[in-house]
Amino acid sequence: MITESEANDKLDAHLREMVAWHFSPETGCPFWLDWAAGQDWDPREKIQTFADINLFPHFEDEWLRDEKNERFVPKGFGNRPFNVFETGGTTGLPKQRIGWDDYKIDYEMFSDQLEDEFFPRGANWMMVGPTGPRRLRLAIEHLANHRGGSCYFVDMDPRWVKKLIGRKQIDEVERYAKHIVDQAVEILKHRDIQCLFTTPRILEAIGERTSVPGLGIKGVFCGGTTMTPQAVRFWVEEVLEGKARLVPTYGNTLMGLACSVPLDETYSVTYYAPQPRAVLRVVDSKQTDRIVAYGEYGRVELTTLTKEFFMPRFLERDEAIRREPHAPYAWDGVGDVRPFGALEKKIIEGVY
Amino acid sequence: MLPEIPILRLGKVYQSLDLQLLKAVATGEAVAKVSFANDGLVKGDLRRMDEARDVLRKVPCQQLLEITAKAGEIFLNDTLPLGADGSMQSPDDYLRQLAATSGLPHTLIRMNMQRLGNIFGEVGTILQGLTRGLDVSILDRGYGEQSGVPVSFNAVTNCLGVIMPSNSPAVNALWIPAIAMKIPVIIKPGREEPWTPWRVIQAFIKAGCPPEAFSYYPTSHEGSGAIIRRAGRVMLFGDDSTVAQHTHDPRIEVHGSGRSKILIGEDKIEHWRDYLDVMIESVSANSGRSCINTSTIVVPKYADEIAKALAEALVDMRPLAANDPAARLSGFANPQFAEWISEAIDTDLETKGARDVSATVRVDERFQTRDGMHYLLPTVTRCDSFEHPLSNKEYLFPFASVVELDQASMLDQIGPSLVVTAITEDQDWITRLLECPDIDRLNVGAHPTNRVQWNQPHEGNLFEFLYRRRAIQIAV
Repeated sequence: MITESEANDKLDAHLREMVAWHFSPETGCPFWLDWAAGQDWDPREKIQTFADINLFPHFEDEWLRDEKNERFVPKGFGNRPFNVFETGGTTGLPKQRIGWDDYKIDYEMFSDQLEDEFFPRGANWMMVGPTGPRRLRLAIEHLANHRGGSCYFVDMDPRWVKKLIGRKQIDEVERYAKHIVDQAVEILKHRDIQCLFTTPRILEAIGERTSVPGLGIKGVFCGGTTMTPQAVRFWVEEVLEGKARLVPTYGNTLMGLACSVPLDETYSVTYYAPQPRAVLRVVDSKQTDRIVAYGEYGRVELTTLTKEFFMPRFLERDEAIRREPHAPYAWDGVGDVRPFGALEKKIIEGVY
Repeated sequence: MLPEIPILRLGKVYQSLDLQLLKAVATGEAVAKVSFANDGLVKGDLRRMDEARDVLRKVPCQQLLEITAKAGEIFLNDTLPLGADGSMQSPDDYLRQLAATSGLPHTLIRMNMQRLGNIFGEVGTILQGLTRGLDVSILDRGYGEQSGVPVSFNAVTNCLGVIMPSNSPAVNALWIPAIAMKIPVIIKPGREEPWTPWRVIQAFIKAGCPPEAFSYYPTSHEGSGAIIRRAGRVMLFGDDSTVAQHTHDPRIEVHGSGRSKILIGEDKIEHWRDYLDVMIESVSANSGRSCINTSTIVVPKYADEIAKALAEALVDMRPLAANDPAARLSGFANPQFAEWISEAIDTDLETKGARDVSATVRVDERFQTRDGMHYLLPTVTRCDSFEHPLSNKEYLFPFASVVELDQASMLDQIGPSLVVTAITEDQDWITRLLECPDIDRLNVGAHPTNRVQWNQPHEGNLFEFLYRRRAIQIAV
């Protein structure tokens, strides 16, 4: 494992390289070049270490809806056609991120973290989750292929689920979940599949129907929602019966994939960003240029630093505990992620 | 060391990693740690309820009645396990702990405790009342004869989900008979009141009831939702919006706002002072925290005089120390509730047609604090008609509106009312009262609304909720 100092040096060097790429007229994209033209400072000169990232404003994901995708194409990519990946978008035009190879690189890096015992090389995968216009769909298939297997899919439309929940049609949500689980279980029963990607809710729903390890599943890679220690323990002990490996991940279209260190008896999940390609910090929600102390909750801030996409200081809609570096990661982690402001929401129960 | 109240999964103790602190209302000091269940765990256990039902089904009903009666004595007198760490709870501990988190003064807790303790012993009578005298051994065999006619009953569910409120310990009385009916319970306790259902369960277990009959999940909204959606039968306490959401679901028995009322007939109104004590008790007993407390008094005349007399009678009901034997007014477990409610009343008073009569007879403001607790002083309003928003409101403290209306119009305007005490001897009107679909429980005569006989249906007949009668013919 590299030291923290070495990790910082590597991050700083990578940052300088990415800033040089995105803010050079020869390689940068119109969006950032136009932005830089409006400043009285040149990022290529001022940005030397990651501490300087605070010179940038918080990236606003609205820009990914309001700006045309072509404005985010770095000239360095020439005329190579891009993939369009969507995020959010329950109503109206969804936010879109373009990309070329990042998802492959991110998931190959992630693959290196998976244990062959539970995610055997050559094994087939199944993804039960949001496919459609999402990066995840291509990424999971690439992950399976990269590890020598094929991937089966069952689609879930989270936008429709959100609409149903918004209308309080919970029975319909359950019927839709059943529809998804019906399809997944049918395939799992009749095909040789050992690795699964899904959301915790669907994992639970499959586990209610049948034994997940009993279907031959050895490893489950899970993401997409809050994972409290108690819920994680339940999935490990009761849904996976202590037989299959659970690998929680934190990721989205804008970042890639943050891995977790193996779970211990606290079942507290801590994620580490794929540094230097992405950096997660836990900042004071009221003073966002301040990083909170270790062990404290703060808002999750994401910076993405790849040749395809430069996104400084994006404030996620999550909060988390800032955690110390943990081997093999020589940088801070984010623990017990939950929706931002989760504890401030008032839940008033009836009195009679 | 703080006691840690665990989850019970078909009677088995389970300690969650999600431990939430339960704090004293007055001091903010932690009183207990409560294990919170994730909703997946609740869903998983709901699938196992056939196991619990099988265990309970094998115990003869008569034996369960005896166990229930014994449990009542244990509930009142014994020191019982409190948490997963060997902590124990004496009756005095229970009283102090519940007072700390609910805001209820000790006097009211003792009253509720006694009332609840008595229910256990009456479950046999309750069962007789709800089954119309069924030989309980028929529930053991599944069939038999009643009045020479073959009868057979089958349970329509393998469990009763109960979403408890925090307002009053005595509401646990409503689910206790389910055990003698051989139906396991899944209880989600109120956030500030995990104590009473836990203690009731421990009393049952010590009395010899199979532990599998009890599942107990302090849990989130999602966990409650899992119980509500998946349990075969659910007893649910909630506000008007909750009631509206589930009112047409036959699986769910909703206990919402009571909007209980006292109506005085034209034949008795000249003697209204004779019934003042009934009005006082109906409005203020249990600090007005129950759905069976009167929230509206409807009279054909003398409304101003009645409102003033009632307000004056309640003016001495003030915040006292929690352990003061004279304490009758409860604080609010959620301190903000007191302010919100008081503000809501003041907002409604801005609408013409209502006056806060209590404000004219008391010295202090309605909202009070004492020893770190928040209180609302009893409030009687005089509303000109049922069109005023305050006329049919119910709040979690001694609150009542007095409305003047001619007798002939009363039943058309009272709206759904859990308990109605009609003070009259007018036979024609009594006939109309008996036929009024808006009245759930009817008292004819000077009977306080808060005194109920549990052997009669309360917001539905629990036996008919859990069992259905089927036709049976046996040729062997």
